[in-house]
Amino acid sequence: MEPLDGNSIGGLLIDVFGAEMTGASGTCGTCGATGPVAGLVIYRQAPGTVARCRVCGAILMVFVKVRGMTCVDLTGMARLDQPGAA
Amino acid sequence: MAGTALRGRLTWQVATVAALTRETASVCTIGLEPPDWPGHRAGQHLDVRLTAEDGYRAERSYSIASAPGEQLAITVERLDDGEVSPYLTEELQVGDELELRGPIGGYFVWDPGDGSPLTLLAGGSGIVPLRSILRYRVRTGSDVPARLLYSARTLPDVIYRDELGHHHDGVEVSYTLTRSQPPGWTGHTGRIDAGLLAGAAWPAAANPVAYVCGPTSFVETAAAGLVDLGYPPERVKTERFGATGGP
Amino acid sequence: MSPISRGFRGRRRIPAGEAGRLPPGQYLTGGFPVLSAGPTPHTPLADWTFSITRSGATEGSWTWPEFQALPTENVTVDIHCVTRWSKFDTGWRGVSVDTLLDRVEHDGRYVMAFCDGGYTTNLPLDDVTGGKAWVAFDYDGQALAPEHGGPARLLVPHLYFWKSAKWVRSLDLRDRDEPGFWETYGYHMYGDPWREQRYAGD
Repeated sequence: MEPLDGNSIGGLLIDVFGAEMTGASGTCGTCGATGPVAGLVIYRQAPGTVARCRVCGAILMVFVKVRGMTCVDLTGMARLDQPGAA
Repeated sequence: MAGTALRGRLTWQVATVAALTRETASVCTIGLEPPDWPGHRAGQHLDVRLTAEDGYRAERSYSIASAPGEQLAITVERLDDGEVSPYLTEELQVGDELELRGPIGGYFVWDPGDGSPLTLLAGGSGIVPLRSILRYRVRTGSDVPARLLYSARTLPDVIYRDELGHHHDGVEVSYTLTRSQPPGWTGHTGRIDAGLLAGAAWPAAANPVAYVCGPTSFVETAAAGLVDLGYPPERVKTERFGATGGP
Repeated sequence: MSPISRGFRGRRRIPAGEAGRLPPGQYLTGGFPVLSAGPTPHTPLADWTFSITRSGATEGSWTWPEFQALPTENVTVDIHCVTRWSKFDTGWRGVSVDTLLDRVEHDGRYVMAFCDGGYTTNLPLDDVTGGKAWVAFDYDGQALAPEHGGPARLLVPHLYFWKSAKWVRSLDLRDRDEPGFWETYGYHMYGDPWREQRYAGD
């Protein structure tokens, strides 16, 4: 199964951040590429959801649901800016 | 009035299936009546959740096919090895309940206030959110000029064929059939390439905004092609459905 | 309370008379789901090696032809994924980890598996010895497909399948149990499906 893009985790991002985030601008901490979260490469079939940089493949976000609570690791991101007002 | 970007938690609600429309042999549009729908923006999607008797659950996302203000509808393509799509396209009946939450998405959305010419590129079931955009364009009386290039395997695979065929007033629709064409076919053939895009998309000088949706490989090729034509990357919005046309 | 979706069964099979074989909370599948946290690596066999290391220092290493020349075993095992999929009677061929460790000086109480693509997972040495683990390269009579971990993956069927690391390239022996990739994010350090050890603290 091919990976999807960040649009596919829109619901998960709302659960975690309390806001629509697919339009948020993220900067990869490894290669510096900047772009919308909607453009990230998403691997969802694993024990957790992994979002990777489309340019260099580095892991930017990891979401793991442990006993009903979603934990998120953003250390791969250098920057994550909320999208502008809708 | 379309719903604005959602703040706070998404909650699941139980909608009633109000209508089922077979679009092609493997594609079905499901009309839904949710009890508490906040409205949506063209291009957004919703999440569907199925629960079996023993508690087993499966969740999927589907693009909203209806325009804001119309009865809520999703269009689902049956994937041969799918777990949810065969149920939605073959088992579901009018009157059944369907748990959903939404609307979701703030990036791949179009608002009629944006006056830019629209370049819409659809691969397979990627047409679904673009159809929402086109229907909303009509509903709001927008005169934004639009060009849709729709890539499908065969003519019977084209979803919303009659509806798309009836567009006028500033919408140009062209098709490319990649696998086989009917006798006398005058549209394009083969997968999207630079030449096809150059003829079908708005030129970059028109400052268009593009929405590209479909399987990942289609989106990669089409989006890169638009960038090669001079579209700024931030003016090419993409939504990838994965290998076989549905998330 | 979610309503029951009339007529929905999903992809899983209901095991007839085999319920005792299914660990708690698991569903039986007829397919073989592909689960991954990243793109499938494609290491050419000419570049492939498998190593046993001790705190990073190489104790033994095999090229693909050398690895293929080792004694192998055919095993049929049930496998259990933490995402709740179980599959019965899967057939594999590979080299027992005992065979590999017999050929090197080794000590240490724990191993960390390192894989192409950067994946890691940790296990006690006891759980990869005594006939409990293999480096497998054939599945169901054919070469292991890349999306399922080929050329070779670790196979440790008595633990949740995230411990059966795909694209494995080395086992590092060490003195302390340190969390691998999923363990770092909250999955259980050991992962016994029969005690439903999915998450840390279970």
